[in-house]
Amino acid sequence: MSNPDDEKKYWLEEPANINKIFYAVIGLCVLVALPKVLTLLDILLFKQGRFELADFFVFYTFFGVIGYVMMILLAKKLRGFLMRDEDYYD
Amino acid sequence: MIEGLNPGLILILGALLVPLTSGFIRSLLILALPVLALVQIYTLGLGTWGHFEFLGLSLEITRVDPLSRIFGTIFCIAAFMGMVYALHVKDTIQHFVALIYIGSAIGAVFAGDMITLFVFWELTAISSVFLIWASRTERAYRAGMRYLIIQVTSGVILLGGIIVYYQDTGSIAFDYIGLTGIAGCLILIAFGIKSAFPLLHNWVQDSYPEATVTGTVILSAFTTKLAIYALARAFPGTDILIPIGGAMILLPIVYVVLENDLRRVLAYSLNSQLGYMVIGVGIGSELALNGTAAHVFVHIMYKSLLFMCMGAVLFRTGTVKVTELGGLYKSMPITTVFCLIGAVSIAAFPLTGGFVSKAMIQSAALNGGLFILWPVMLFACAGIMDHSGLKVPFFTFFSKDRGIRVQEAPMNMLIAMGIAAFFCIGIGVFPGLLFELLPYAPTYNPYSFGHIVSALQLLFFAILAFMLLIRFKVYPSELRSTNLDFDWFYRVPLKRLILAIGRLILIVWNWSLGIANDVLRYIIGLVSETHSSGKIMARTTASSTAVVVIVALLGVLLVFLYQFQQ
Repeated sequence: MSNPDDEKKYWLEEPANINKIFYAVIGLCVLVALPKVLTLLDILLFKQGRFELADFFVFYTFFGVIGYVMMILLAKKLRGFLMRDEDYYD
Repeated sequence: MIEGLNPGLILILGALLVPLTSGFIRSLLILALPVLALVQIYTLGLGTWGHFEFLGLSLEITRVDPLSRIFGTIFCIAAFMGMVYALHVKDTIQHFVALIYIGSAIGAVFAGDMITLFVFWELTAISSVFLIWASRTERAYRAGMRYLIIQVTSGVILLGGIIVYYQDTGSIAFDYIGLTGIAGCLILIAFGIKSAFPLLHNWVQDSYPEATVTGTVILSAFTTKLAIYALARAFPGTDILIPIGGAMILLPIVYVVLENDLRRVLAYSLNSQLGYMVIGVGIGSELALNGTAAHVFVHIMYKSLLFMCMGAVLFRTGTVKVTELGGLYKSMPITTVFCLIGAVSIAAFPLTGGFVSKAMIQSAALNGGLFILWPVMLFACAGIMDHSGLKVPFFTFFSKDRGIRVQEAPMNMLIAMGIAAFFCIGIGVFPGLLFELLPYAPTYNPYSFGHIVSALQLLFFAILAFMLLIRFKVYPSELRSTNLDFDWFYRVPLKRLILAIGRLILIVWNWSLGIANDVLRYIIGLVSETHSSGKIMARTTASSTAVVVIVALLGVLLVFLYQFQQ
């Protein structure tokens, strides 16, 4: 099942294209964070949260990134304690 | 259709015809049965049927109300998708038990009393285990045994609860029970086992990845959602369900990050999604229960879709281990697209079903003033985005190309995935159609500008974080492993304890047998001393001597009794 030489080249195989996706995601992040930033600067009047903590700078974003990274790191730490061989129970 | 017939019975009775058919006729039969059941649900309308007295208990075989109707509807659609997905399977046993299993799950949903519920509840357990055993491997056999023990235990506890409830109230009607007294606790535990409460959850991750390609798709849709229905019926507004649901959302996330088997990843993520539903039931407001019902509907769609995609990968490549997959988008482009649709739907992107239903439960939590739960749910959203939204499609279809070149999934599998994908997007774009089916009149608009923007913020930043972690190689590398969960306690120490107790019982038993043997041998020895040939009791005696002895004995007795009478 080796990769035949004449197989067509896929768009995703170019490292440059993967970078393009990466920058596109950064661009999208900026775009969706924009309304909140504008609200904070009093340019656009628009409230999204219902309680005070929501006024914390880019509340959702904060949770999205920090919560997520913490979770991954925690899982990585727990691996030392939880991981066993694949046939542990057999 | 037949007046008052429980729609589940159509599938169960239809299943009996399956062994008599083959080829095209069988395909037609297994596809027609879920459709007939759905037609039955809607031709019956709302009401109750099949009342009769049995041993002084009033049974109600069929009850269609808005709550049972939406669960029945989604079960029928899921059954149809599952059957399309399984059309290529030539295994009679799998078709037969799948229909019995689905039929009993639908039957349980429409049961109006708890005895009928119990019968269908146990039937789901007994029939579904064959979908695990149908893998015909040693691992599947063992996982199936553990599954069966846990499922039947749930049924036995339910029966205990029903008996106590009947003693207390004199009723077996399946309506609001609430957490009062022993009966309420027992019934909640029984439902909790099947809805995979924390620490009672391991059967899901243990058994689902061991079932057959099609078996897992079918299993994933019914058992746990039947339990959610039962909770929504009997325990709406029970406060303790809220922290339970919160724990359910959070605990599986760690395992999802670490797990190597993608069907097990999906089983953990399923568990996390059930947490949302349990929270919805715990809040118990009309919006929350609507949200729960909507979430069940949507969840079955995207979770089936993801399980179907992984099933197709397993079917074609023979593995769903992250360590062995990658770059499959080249060979299976259509499956890749369907998997991405499932992924954005479970991650609750706007314009997908997940967005609509999660928004309802989250709004209900806010309306109920559950501010601690709110960040938990947000955090879980980021987590779900990671494990099901990114990890599953990324490591299967993209990631490092491992040179696997296979065919695209079979046509029937693609059609089934297409149906699920259609619903995932369709509900997101036209939520009004789903709202029509909800148990309470809907008054909710998920598409407010603020909500869309905040959801997108959360999701895009989670994607960014994932990409950064992968780029800087911080994301935990996938390893072939077993990750210990709560089931370790019963699979290792408890097993050893039980084996030790077994050995102890054997020792005591052998010891008692030895003593009993000695005692018997001693008695036989004594007896042979007096009764063996030539010994005193074996001798022949003249009848005159016997008469003398008897008269003497009677005389003594007479004197004794005479004295006693005095």
